[in-house]
Amino acid sequence: MSKPRISLRRQLTNYFFTGLAAGLSVVVVGALLAIFTYLLLKGAGSLSWSFLTHPPTPVGEPGGGVANGIVGSIIILAIASAIGVPVGIGAGVYLAEYGRGHFGNVVRFTADTLNGVPSIVIGLVAYGLVVLPQGHFSGFSAGVALAIMMVPTVARATEQMLLLVPQSVREAALGLGIPQWRTTISITLASARAGIITGVMLAFARVAGETAPLLLTALGFQFWNLNPSQPMAALPLQIFTYAISPYDEWHRQAWAAALMLVILIVGTTTLVRFVFLRRMLGGAR
Amino acid sequence: MSTAVEVRDLKAWFGKTEALHGINISIESKHATAVIGPSGCGKSTFIRCLNRMHETNPEARAEGNVKIAGMDIYGMPAVDVRRRVGMVFQKPNPFPTMSIYDNVASGLKLNGTRKRHVLDEVVERSLQQAAIWDEVKDVLKKKSGASLSGGQQQRLCIARALAVDPEVLLMDEPASALDPISTAKIEDLIFELKQKLTIVIVTHNMQQASRVAEFTGFFLMGYLVEFDRTEKIFTNPSDKRTEDYITGRFG
Repeated sequence: MSKPRISLRRQLTNYFFTGLAAGLSVVVVGALLAIFTYLLLKGAGSLSWSFLTHPPTPVGEPGGGVANGIVGSIIILAIASAIGVPVGIGAGVYLAEYGRGHFGNVVRFTADTLNGVPSIVIGLVAYGLVVLPQGHFSGFSAGVALAIMMVPTVARATEQMLLLVPQSVREAALGLGIPQWRTTISITLASARAGIITGVMLAFARVAGETAPLLLTALGFQFWNLNPSQPMAALPLQIFTYAISPYDEWHRQAWAAALMLVILIVGTTTLVRFVFLRRMLGGAR
Repeated sequence: MSTAVEVRDLKAWFGKTEALHGINISIESKHATAVIGPSGCGKSTFIRCLNRMHETNPEARAEGNVKIAGMDIYGMPAVDVRRRVGMVFQKPNPFPTMSIYDNVASGLKLNGTRKRHVLDEVVERSLQQAAIWDEVKDVLKKKSGASLSGGQQQRLCIARALAVDPEVLLMDEPASALDPISTAKIEDLIFELKQKLTIVIVTHNMQQASRVAEFTGFFLMGYLVEFDRTEKIFTNPSDKRTEDYITGRFG
């Protein structure tokens, strides 16, 4: 018995589309690889211990680094996460467990719309809400701006992940006489935590690189500042400032700072996943 | 003989549809009572009214009088009712992220019991009562409940329900998703358990009803058609519809 004959035209069509799909996949992976490689090539040379441990020096003076920007970014992101993650998870719980009616749909629509609002606009809002009343730029206002951007992503991810938890698991808990709120916290949220953490990290990574809202809130700062009520340096701002400057030395530092920012984001997301997923494997403490 | 669950004129709705039309039944303490009937006849709805799980569906509502040990369950908090009337579901539903130990301890832990030795003791006792202790005692905290076989998962769920020390255990087709050997184990278990507590079991399997239950109620379209000793139901039913059902003429 020979194989059934397939017409040449169908074979060729098959090859063409398989090849096309494979090629496009390579483009996706290639884009990411290209970014990393380019950053490493341009930035790794300027990375040094003193770059990571010193604030910037005035133009013309050699040395200097982005230490204040790294610390500033960490503080701003910590504020953003401290506000944005609980609010987002809370909203997601509401949407998944209670939000079946009209109000739930309004919240869903609002969250999706908020997700599409340009970041500069959110920066403006934070400027109006926090910077103006306070009278000056601050790290805290930047945290608020980034928190607003995190909420919709975290809320929708939480909702989707909770909806994946089978109804039978909720019933099992309620059937044991565990109150509804306890069931939601200790059973439903716990069952969905891997997915929720992924959603939170996605939101984190997205806002970590935001620059536009920071221009209107944190403003940037040349020196050390650990006080979030004052203007603050941040890595994306330093990259921005250095990259558009006319000095070669600053261009090199912009590349190194960009590399640093990517390392910071990838490092944090990996660490968080590692810590939480490892706690989960045995299922118990 | 004493009555564990007294049901008077129980009606239940899903939205506007009345699923139970006034059920009256007295369930004997420390015996097993089987609930049989064709799909959609209200068997599950009925037992879910006995621990107020019916109302966890936002569309659902129930009316009437259900007394456990003389106390009206609609007059006390639902969580208290569910601690006294445990439930085992059709499909095994262990908590997926918890170890075997935590699954069994969950009912106590999440209601505030923290004492280590109490939990250890209850977990061991419950797993033994559910006849699964020997199979899992070495991996209590290492393996998750979801890693067990289907039959083991169901016995784990029974252990979890027993851990809060209920007076009544409701079983909603507990063996319908299991193989014959696991089913036999569950049936053996029911024999053991009814020494200590009252069992109400919904089943589609009439042999199972006759094997495990002293009493059987036949439900049809939201009515309790007949309720009697099991051998009477299966050998000499009083109602024509019961006879038609058990002889396989419909359902």
